[in-house]
Amino acid sequence: MITLTIDNQKVAVEEGTTILEAAEKLGIKIPTLCYLKEINVIGACRICVVEVQGAKAFVPACVAPVAEGMVVRTNTPAVIKARKLILELILSDHPMECLTCVRNQNCELQKLAEAFGITEVRFEGEKTSYPIDDSSPAIVRDPRKCVLCRRCVSVCTNIQTVNAIQAQERGFNTLIAPAFNEKLANVECVQCGQCSLVCPTAAIHEVDDTQRVWEALADPNKHVIVQTAPATRVQVGETIGAEPGSIVTGQLVAGLRRLGFDKVFDTDFTADLTIIEEGNELLERIKTGGTLPMITSCSPGWIKFAEHFYPDLLPHLSTCKSPQQMFGALAKTYYAQKAGIDPANIFSVSIMPCTAKKYECTRPEMKSSGYQDVDVVLTSRELGRMFKQAGLDITNLPEEEYDPPLGISTGAGEIFGASGGVMEAALRTVYEVVTGKELPNINFTECRGLTGVKEATVQVGDLPVKIAITNGLGNARKVLDKIRAGEADYHFIEIMCCPGGCIGGGGSPIPTNTEIRLKRIDAVYTEDERMTLRKSHENPAVQELYKEFLEKPLGHKSHELLHTHYTKRSNYPSEEC
Amino acid sequence: MATCSCGCGEDELTKQLDKIIDPYRGQPGGLIQVLTRAQELIGYLPKWTLIRIAKALGLSLQDVYGVATFYAFFSLIPRGRHKISVCAGTACYVKGTNMVVKTIRGHLGIKPGQTTPDSRFTLEIVRCIGACGLAPAMIIDGKDVHGRLEPEQIPQILEQYA
Repeated sequence: MITLTIDNQKVAVEEGTTILEAAEKLGIKIPTLCYLKEINVIGACRICVVEVQGAKAFVPACVAPVAEGMVVRTNTPAVIKARKLILELILSDHPMECLTCVRNQNCELQKLAEAFGITEVRFEGEKTSYPIDDSSPAIVRDPRKCVLCRRCVSVCTNIQTVNAIQAQERGFNTLIAPAFNEKLANVECVQCGQCSLVCPTAAIHEVDDTQRVWEALADPNKHVIVQTAPATRVQVGETIGAEPGSIVTGQLVAGLRRLGFDKVFDTDFTADLTIIEEGNELLERIKTGGTLPMITSCSPGWIKFAEHFYPDLLPHLSTCKSPQQMFGALAKTYYAQKAGIDPANIFSVSIMPCTAKKYECTRPEMKSSGYQDVDVVLTSRELGRMFKQAGLDITNLPEEEYDPPLGISTGAGEIFGASGGVMEAALRTVYEVVTGKELPNINFTECRGLTGVKEATVQVGDLPVKIAITNGLGNARKVLDKIRAGEADYHFIEIMCCPGGCIGGGGSPIPTNTEIRLKRIDAVYTEDERMTLRKSHENPAVQELYKEFLEKPLGHKSHELLHTHYTKRSNYPSEEC
Repeated sequence: MATCSCGCGEDELTKQLDKIIDPYRGQPGGLIQVLTRAQELIGYLPKWTLIRIAKALGLSLQDVYGVATFYAFFSLIPRGRHKISVCAGTACYVKGTNMVVKTIRGHLGIKPGQTTPDSRFTLEIVRCIGACGLAPAMIIDGKDVHGRLEPEQIPQILEQYA
């Protein structure tokens, strides 16, 4: 242990601890900007400078390790003056558009400026003039607002191993972007939006589609329906001030009705349906010697990643569409028929914890109903904004139920929101379908949690089913490289693009960190336990759907509406000059 | 192996580039060496070479481009046969860097960072070259120092480089 003094208080910490962490133990919060625990620890912005007795210059607390007998002062007039100066320099190249900025009141730079009482910026000079990149249907880059903290680069490179953006040029001209400042839509960016989740400002943010939804809601000729992803009911509360992990399912439904949606449905319904189709696909592949291991296909960021970086492994992907797109295809066919509504007049909205879903719904093959199956995807953040605009504090609304039939679901559908949930839901169903017996214990706890790669063998009748579960694309690589090397003997793999699964998706409320992810995961399993039905094959609305419409799993209609194909892509542009 | 297929006649260059790359295949750490030698070969680093190098070393194009644009030594645009480096160190700056640049600009019609259409000269601004006593100064082709520059001398100096 190392003992040091910070602001006249003694503290003992492990060797290798930083000054920032040691101060935290004393309840002293040293301000930071570029620092992001576990993701970006590079001491770039210098906001966290402190005085260390005997040191020639200020020391950045986020990267400086403690030393025995060290005497640190975090709040002397000189330190505060230095921090103000640093802030003023950052602000001297920042568009002062706070009032019209998407991150207004949820911006780390704005918070610092407020905390340090910056009321004027003494420095005037050239401003960064790189153009805004709004080429992607999911993510906008606005380099004018970039503070060059490199959090996005770290998350894209180290966590997701996509490497779609990097610092280029140098000094004042430094730009965080794809090579040659190419547009995001044209490169190997998987649209996961983890960059938008960690950006301290609005230099990277989701495409805002709320206006399109307001317009549809106001159009008397449109029948506007909405589906809510499993993770959103444990997220949306946070956007209006509720504690992380608050479950707001019933209030979310009530809020959506008050916004004017004609029907409030649930992606959990098609999550259950996914289990039936995907479970049968897995059994079929095992029986007929099909390509194994089979990998889940719910996560559109993961799909795009596979297309760019592992195109040779595409036959391993389940052909099932994601629950969002299954829902979209059924809403404008099955539901339209059942309700006697012309699908041309149905406007289908989905609420997702995800930016990649915005991209997914625009993929050219996602038009099985003859129309664009899902018209607009809103992230949890955007829905929070709509509630605010409508003056709805949903946490104070009475709970309401989803509309039948596409709003009926089970706990199995709900747990899709957490890493390991799809696997657990599949096991609950596959076990009972194969053995014909009731599961003695429905909770497959080995599937749960934040561990990057989870592995297990589950006995299903005579068959020991080997499974793997990964979250975050860097972890996915570990398992995918094993498959490539012929060293993987799994039957079934769940891959989720974002750390923690969808509850940590790129469209989640900001902030999202490990602690908050864990709270949301707890909430997902609490919600599962609350449900009367917890196995997908017991969902009566899904059973009815097969009876009335689809006929059987993997049948002709299923293939037409619920299954898809993938496109080989490259992770480099062509060499033509 | 894929080669440049746009009909630009780079096939022979591609082969030579691959010879430079080969010892470093799968080794991201070889990037600077490969970029340096590729620039020696071609004179600058066109986009297709960066892509080819990224693929071979196992790096993203972003990583390669980031390095190539960080170091002033690398150029992504064609360079002239002769490089004019005008010193903008403190002494030269005070004594007339702007005059030197303006005169060259007037004579050759190029801004710093640009190359003349006949590929004869590339103009660039550099930091202190350590010839403060000769300010304002410039170096041509990295070796010939021309100091105490007066506007009317400059065209004559440039004439010496064909």
